[in-house]
Amino acid sequence: MGSGDSRRRGAAVPVMRHDHLISARQLSRGDVEAVLDRAAEFDAGERVARDDDLLGLLFFEPSTRTKMSFDTAMKRLGGDTVDMGTVESSSVKKGESLADTVRVVAGYADALVLRHPSEGAAKLASEFVDVPVINAGDGAGQHPTQTLLDLYTIRENAGLDDITVGIMGDLKYGRTVHSLAGALTEFDVRQHFISPESLRLPKNVRYDLHEAGADVREHTELAGVLPELDVLYVTRIQRERFPDENEYRQVAGEYRIDADMLDAARDDLTVMHPLPRVDEIAPDVDETEYATYFDQAHNGVPVRMALLDMMLPGDGGDAR
Amino acid sequence: MSDSNQELRVSKIKNGTVIDHIAAGQALNVLAILGIDGSGGEEVSVGMNVPSDRLGRKDIVKVEGRELSPAEVDVLSLIAPAASINIVREYDVVEKSRVTRPEVVTGILSCPNANCISTEGEPVESRFDVLDDAVRCGYCDTILREDLAEHIATD
Repeated sequence: MGSGDSRRRGAAVPVMRHDHLISARQLSRGDVEAVLDRAAEFDAGERVARDDDLLGLLFFEPSTRTKMSFDTAMKRLGGDTVDMGTVESSSVKKGESLADTVRVVAGYADALVLRHPSEGAAKLASEFVDVPVINAGDGAGQHPTQTLLDLYTIRENAGLDDITVGIMGDLKYGRTVHSLAGALTEFDVRQHFISPESLRLPKNVRYDLHEAGADVREHTELAGVLPELDVLYVTRIQRERFPDENEYRQVAGEYRIDADMLDAARDDLTVMHPLPRVDEIAPDVDETEYATYFDQAHNGVPVRMALLDMMLPGDGGDAR
Repeated sequence: MSDSNQELRVSKIKNGTVIDHIAAGQALNVLAILGIDGSGGEEVSVGMNVPSDRLGRKDIVKVEGRELSPAEVDVLSLIAPAASINIVREYDVVEKSRVTRPEVVTGILSCPNANCISTEGEPVESRFDVLDDAVRCGYCDTILREDLAEHIATD
């Protein structure tokens, strides 16, 4: 692909107005479409040369997919990453505040990717640095880059308008759910939320859905709504959300899907999961046409390439 | 019984601020929000559950020697939306205003979410966006609708 083409196409894409990506609430339909369109270009082989750009990776919690895909995305853009490493091996262990840590690392890198166990961590970080901060998950808060790759996957498989999406599992603590539900209100999407009573959407997410005038229904069982769905987004119910093992097993078992259950679904149902899964999707679903979660995970790279290319300063220069 | 007669129950002030028409039972929360605990030496009078034509019962707070600015008192609208502010000079009310809802309140409330970064010793003040009928943490998005007074920052 010619370098001149690459530059022109990059310049034609609307650049996101935001300095930081903290919450999916920030993203307009236009923002989302711009990122997804750019991601599709990278998916098709587009290359840029961000040789001098360095991305700071600050992961205060374990991560496989998110961290590796940001690392891969930055390197595929021609740049490189600097990694704080684990909390145990960093000065955070000595009691350093998050504000201090990000101020220091912002001096090394052109943008920061932050995952942290506390809600609001990325917002706080963004107030202390002059480089873009990208929220890669803040406690039970938000995970907007996961949402962008989810939307990319939905767009590829079902389109993003006039569709019915079911989101199932831990809706209370699931940050991928909070971000996705908010972003879907920018599109013509009917949303069904399926969860145990104790893990319903939190008040703030409901508030935003209500304010956005979203078409939202809540259920405690999947069966009644499954035949309507174009997309089923499954999330993990975590053991630590329940007071005892028996209750957890009972509840988690009710929100598990397998290939037989999906006989009741539409033939073109898309089953997604942010991964890692434990046993909420039986392995026999992997062999069906419904299973899209591994493609979804792969989409993390082009989508994060697009996001970084749009948020990092400069236009990426000529491709080599 | 008129409001003006009731005000005689607590002494008139020469110079300072009278916060009137506070919802009954909220006077101490008003003082807490304003950071007035007596340690600053201000002369403070408090009337609680006094009869009021407008509110049935109301609280009233008088602070001698201190003129509170609109920015200081607007936050009171969260717990005392009907409150009125009278600035007094030489025993006369020279300025009378109602509290108005601010867009943001900073450093007044602490986030009820124990997992919010603003509660973890970072060098930031709490910050809440004010919605029509609630406030929302500027860090973790937690919405606080009832019992705001229970979340007044105490440090």
